[in-house]
Amino acid sequence: MDCHPQELLISVITEIIAGDHHVAVGAASPIPGCAALLAQLEAKHRMDVTILHSRRENRFTDGARELFDIASQGRIDTFFLGGVQIDGAANINLVRIGKKAETGRRFAGSFGSALMYFVVPKVILFREEHSPRTLVEKVDFISAPGTSPKNVYRPGGPYGLVTGRAVFLFDRKAGRFKLISLHPGQTLEKVIDATGFRFDYSTSVPQTPLPTPARLSLLRQTVAPKVYKFYPEFTKRLYPDIGAQLGDGS
Amino acid sequence: MGPAVQSVKQMASSVPDGALVGVPADYSGVPMAVTRELICCEVRDLNLFCLPLTTIQGDMMIGAGCVKSIEAAAVTLGEFGRAPQFTRAVGQGKIEMLDSTCPALHAQLQASEKSVPFMPLRGILGSDILSQRPDWKVIENPFSETGEPIVVLPATLLDVSIFHAPYADQNGNIWIGRRRELATLAHASKRVLVTVEEILDEDFFESEARAAGVLPAFYVDSIAEAQNGAWPCGLQDLYEPDSEELRYYAKVAKSEEGFSDYIRSRVFHQDEVA
Repeated sequence: MDCHPQELLISVITEIIAGDHHVAVGAASPIPGCAALLAQLEAKHRMDVTILHSRRENRFTDGARELFDIASQGRIDTFFLGGVQIDGAANINLVRIGKKAETGRRFAGSFGSALMYFVVPKVILFREEHSPRTLVEKVDFISAPGTSPKNVYRPGGPYGLVTGRAVFLFDRKAGRFKLISLHPGQTLEKVIDATGFRFDYSTSVPQTPLPTPARLSLLRQTVAPKVYKFYPEFTKRLYPDIGAQLGDGS
Repeated sequence: MGPAVQSVKQMASSVPDGALVGVPADYSGVPMAVTRELICCEVRDLNLFCLPLTTIQGDMMIGAGCVKSIEAAAVTLGEFGRAPQFTRAVGQGKIEMLDSTCPALHAQLQASEKSVPFMPLRGILGSDILSQRPDWKVIENPFSETGEPIVVLPATLLDVSIFHAPYADQNGNIWIGRRRELATLAHASKRVLVTVEEILDEDFFESEARAAGVLPAFYVDSIAEAQNGAWPCGLQDLYEPDSEELRYYAKVAKSEEGFSDYIRSRVFHQDEVA
């Protein structure tokens, strides 16, 4: 079965979160959102999924602060963060490219990252664009730091980084990423060239496994129609026929 | 006597220049009808406090020159891209941006709910959010034996909160459902202005199921009926965001001319829009 590059990313994330218990997905994260719902369908254990962007997949009843309260308590295992820049020490920047506000290129803002990165045990960094522009030696603005001094309360932090080219794990003690797999069509050299920071790797890096046909059909037939309700633009780009299939005429 | 019932126009004109105004996020209850009237009556120098982010509402108000500063965890058009007027205004130094993070905005209002001077919050240490917020402090946790640092945030008391909700009852109680952050906004605000889809001829406290989703009238200063008052944002399960309109805004508001045309057609001639 042919697999779209974004379907591969969804599958990679599904694999990483397969054993987790409460997976939460924040704003503007359709690929992690698809992965969380897919992992929940595949799971043999109880897995709770919260998708902030959705009404039905969001069961909070105590207001928008509830996510942050339960994350601080350790009730969320897994969360996703991105960045307009991510650096080799896993610092993330969601604010601007450029050191100064007046001359920099402004982006949306830090959302909940400055708390979530500290308290959620397994934070998966996700950035589809893998280039020296996005993966930099040092971020221009720290929305949330990758690591903290010992006296800072920090049960959580970065687990790994998934991009459009590769998968990395983060070593919190060393404060460095290690390359663990390359997506189809990528080579170690290409990934080194496209990455603005230095990272660890072994000489033979395996290829990222493709999704099984069973996983792909679960994604296309069951997950996509659910996600279409709260990420219509994304879902229409990935599955252009989905509106017609669901009979809404769009 | 309950809250005053006003027109949207009267409500907007009661917001003074320079006020610290609390507004909700796109998933909550964005008062877009009031926003259009605020632009119409040329309110100036507002300090927007977003709980915890803003989308088209903040972007339109910034573009129309209503905003002096904005405190938010994000200003964005979400799936439709960056907020063009916000991006431009920050670049030109026309507004002051107070970068925050979602739980900090909630916590600063929660401090006001309890009328305590500050609220501690985990995380944030080592970020540039913290280094650019002289109003935030780091203290040593007084209950820790290891000298653990923790961020403390000042209580924020809003001059006025404005939001849109599905219904009010005959006594001015507001049905917000599970959008409890709207209650947080109200609790931490000197004045509370609410638009609703409809004022219903009933008493929400007759039924416990209804009452569970209510913001009581004693927090509320005035109510205005505004059908589709959150458009083009969505409202709970009453209506979805209008993707076509939001996509259109994201496109035209990139240029000054496109933005001015948009404001002219949607704000100053809004009666002509279906």
